Amino acid sequence: MARSLRLRDFTGASALALGAALGASLGALMPAAPAMAQTLNFAVGAPVTSIDPHYHNLSPNNALAGHIFESLADFDPRHRLGPGLAESWRVVDENTWEFKLRRGVKFHNGQDFTAEDVAFTIARVPTVPNSPSSFAIYTRAAREVQVVDPYTVRIRTNGPYPLMPVDIASIYMLDSQTHRDPKTEDFNSGRLAVGTGPYRFVSYRPGDRVELARNDAHWGERQPWERVNYRMITNDSARTAALLAGDVDVIDQVPTSDIARLRSDQRTALAEITSLRIIYLHLDRSRPAGQPTPMITDNNGQPIPNPLHDGRVRRALSMAIDRKAIVERVMEGAAIPSGQFLPPGTYSYAPGLQPPAYDPDGAKRLLAEAGLPNGFRISLHGPNDRYMNDARIIQAIGQMWTRIGVRTEVQPLPWTTFTARAGRQEFAAFLVGWGSGTGEASSPLRSLVATFDRNTGFGAANRGRFSNPEMDGLLRQALGTVDDERREQILIRATEVAMRDVGIIPIHNQINYWAHRRAVQVTARADELSQAMSVRPAR
Amino acid sequence: MTVYLIRRLMQSVLVVWVMSLIVFLGVFAIGDPVEILIAPDADQIERERAIIALGLDKPLWEQYFIFVQNALRGDLGRSFVFNEPALRLILQRMPATLELAITATLFAVVIGIPLGLLAGLKPNAWYSRTIMAGSILGFSLPSFWVGLMLIMVFAVQLGWLPSTGRGETAMLGGIQWSFLTVNGLRHLVMPALNLSFFKVSLAIRLTRSGVRETILQDYVKFARAKGLSPTRVIGVHVLKNIMIPVVTVMGLELGSTIAFAVVTESVFAWPGMGKLIIDSIYVLDRPVIVAYLMIIVFMFIIINLVVDLTYSFLDPRVRLGESKA
Repeated sequence: MARSLRLRDFTGASALALGAALGASLGALMPAAPAMAQTLNFAVGAPVTSIDPHYHNLSPNNALAGHIFESLADFDPRHRLGPGLAESWRVVDENTWEFKLRRGVKFHNGQDFTAEDVAFTIARVPTVPNSPSSFAIYTRAAREVQVVDPYTVRIRTNGPYPLMPVDIASIYMLDSQTHRDPKTEDFNSGRLAVGTGPYRFVSYRPGDRVELARNDAHWGERQPWERVNYRMITNDSARTAALLAGDVDVIDQVPTSDIARLRSDQRTALAEITSLRIIYLHLDRSRPAGQPTPMITDNNGQPIPNPLHDGRVRRALSMAIDRKAIVERVMEGAAIPSGQFLPPGTYSYAPGLQPPAYDPDGAKRLLAEAGLPNGFRISLHGPNDRYMNDARIIQAIGQMWTRIGVRTEVQPLPWTTFTARAGRQEFAAFLVGWGSGTGEASSPLRSLVATFDRNTGFGAANRGRFSNPEMDGLLRQALGTVDDERREQILIRATEVAMRDVGIIPIHNQINYWAHRRAVQVTARADELSQAMSVRPAR
Repeated sequence: MTVYLIRRLMQSVLVVWVMSLIVFLGVFAIGDPVEILIAPDADQIERERAIIALGLDKPLWEQYFIFVQNALRGDLGRSFVFNEPALRLILQRMPATLELAITATLFAVVIGIPLGLLAGLKPNAWYSRTIMAGSILGFSLPSFWVGLMLIMVFAVQLGWLPSTGRGETAMLGGIQWSFLTVNGLRHLVMPALNLSFFKVSLAIRLTRSGVRETILQDYVKFARAKGLSPTRVIGVHVLKNIMIPVVTVMGLELGSTIAFAVVTESVFAWPGMGKLIIDSIYVLDRPVIVAYLMIIVFMFIIINLVVDLTYSFLDPRVRLGESKA
């Protein structure tokens, strides 16, 4: 175990910096290697751990499954919902959604895709054994699935449920004939890795690669790659080196320290898009007002009533953060400052909410108004191996807070221990990230700032236990509004309420990067999924 | 000899049992697997379901009891992440690590011992000094950095070798090995070399100090005086006597290389056991961590036994049957 800890050291930037310097000086001497025609080598930073599309709801697994399997609705690179195996859908009445299926779609083994398969798949999802994170959260709203005819499915819900198409987009379709008794092992071995997707499964070597071949019978646009090697290279420096060596054509999760170099290199280029992932701080309000909270004391180290219950203190802490400086210095431009959950241009983005301006004097005034003219002491926690530059972001914030008199002790931790302690409300202020899977504000509102409630499933990731009844009411109203335009207006109002009350302190939206050889071009995806379908040969 | 073996085996069972307790408690103390594995947008209802599905709702003693019960039947649990038996996962990855570790140890023996011999016989020659200086580098340069440099030079700049990954494999004895194909060998060279630097240096140093010590012994002088050829003096009388520490250390090194080739496997994206364990630690895949450490304990017990048996073969003065445990 002791040796394994060394790994942490070498993911640091220093090693690569040296390597990069050497590489840059010699790089000019090398001619560009020709890309292998027809075969795409794609290196990803996170391992794919299962081919079963319903076993573990984990982004790297979902990204890979999207090659082999398809769902009724499909997210485009900007994460807007479009047709998939269903050509269209509509609301029949308040409690019923109807999906019209695409005709003539076949599974890789020749079976037809029909409405029966949809009903079968939705029934299978909650029954996958041992699942550490099930897709049942997306099928729970479906009270009953009714097969109207082979190409029409109706899904009934308890009450109006506007998110049905979004939820169902996360469910990859199986065949009721082929997948009668599906075991996860049989997907991994390839026997049951049979979908309708643009690529067929060839082989899976855990921790190494997944090999795919083009599905020539696919209903959609023909894919340019005959074969795809989907390789897992988890070490950042090694992934960059594999790209430079020409062993792979595309890499994801480009470390910020390599971005400038890969952009200027003659052999490589970058594709980028603003991510749906926001990096933000939770502030603890889990204990009743007037009581102390761990990790906060007065300047002499004595416990004080938790000052974070005071909206002015929360606002002061937000105003004290120079988001522009963090984006420019710490993130080296790989983010945009944020004042809400979603980046501009998305559904339910609130145009009135700009990133809070950096205003240390105003922050000090607010602290004085709140009866804390001399500030207080706080510990700021965060992971050091999870998000881009996470430990350095909280170090920067710690300095900024100390400048307004809130003496901050910064404590980065490995994700494995951090997340368990954060879930037990042991911290006062801590950094986390959130990627909005649905592409609309209802996902973060429901999980991050809605009042924690075990029975309704609200506030599941609300580790700070923020609570605002007005926001809860608006959110409930939005989740019962099927009309998209009306729902968007309600969600915007809910976001505004949550942000004015500083339910979380948003820092920035990350930018997703893919680096690639110039022989190919890549369409960057806001949802971070790395897929061969995003890659084309360069013209 | 038989009595000795039986006693050793009984000791081993005790060691395995104590280890299982330590490992289980240790793994239990870090983090919460559900927090790590669950999708961020899962709600409380889904979390409860996952805790029960993974058997984490049961008290610690009951989890341990279930583990021991299954372990006695040869089942070390099911991976949370892969949903496959942990033992099968580890054994699947073992050939990749074995061929890497054995190749590296081979490099150490083939390169390290001759160089150490040379440095020991002519301690003041310029080449001996160069060898010794080189061995200091081999000890002190961090292997992740050397690995990246190898990739930078031989893959990125010169383009001679593939940068990362395991190459094509071929079947031998029911197992896929990559050293049987040209493509596989090309992928194997750099990681094995990287893994061997430390071992080569170790072999050089051990051999050299052994030679320096032995060469002054009376029996070596006597052998020379008797008129034996230098080849025979060195090859038989010197080399055989310095082999005991070298064999011990190389044996244990082979063990720790198999168990902890983590750094090299990560840098070269080598799909071996080291990479499996580090990935499992990151996501708190407890069954795999526990199974892995149990297998490693078992492996070290075997290696120690083999090393002890090799002693008695190399040095007849070591009599196993009489040693008091």
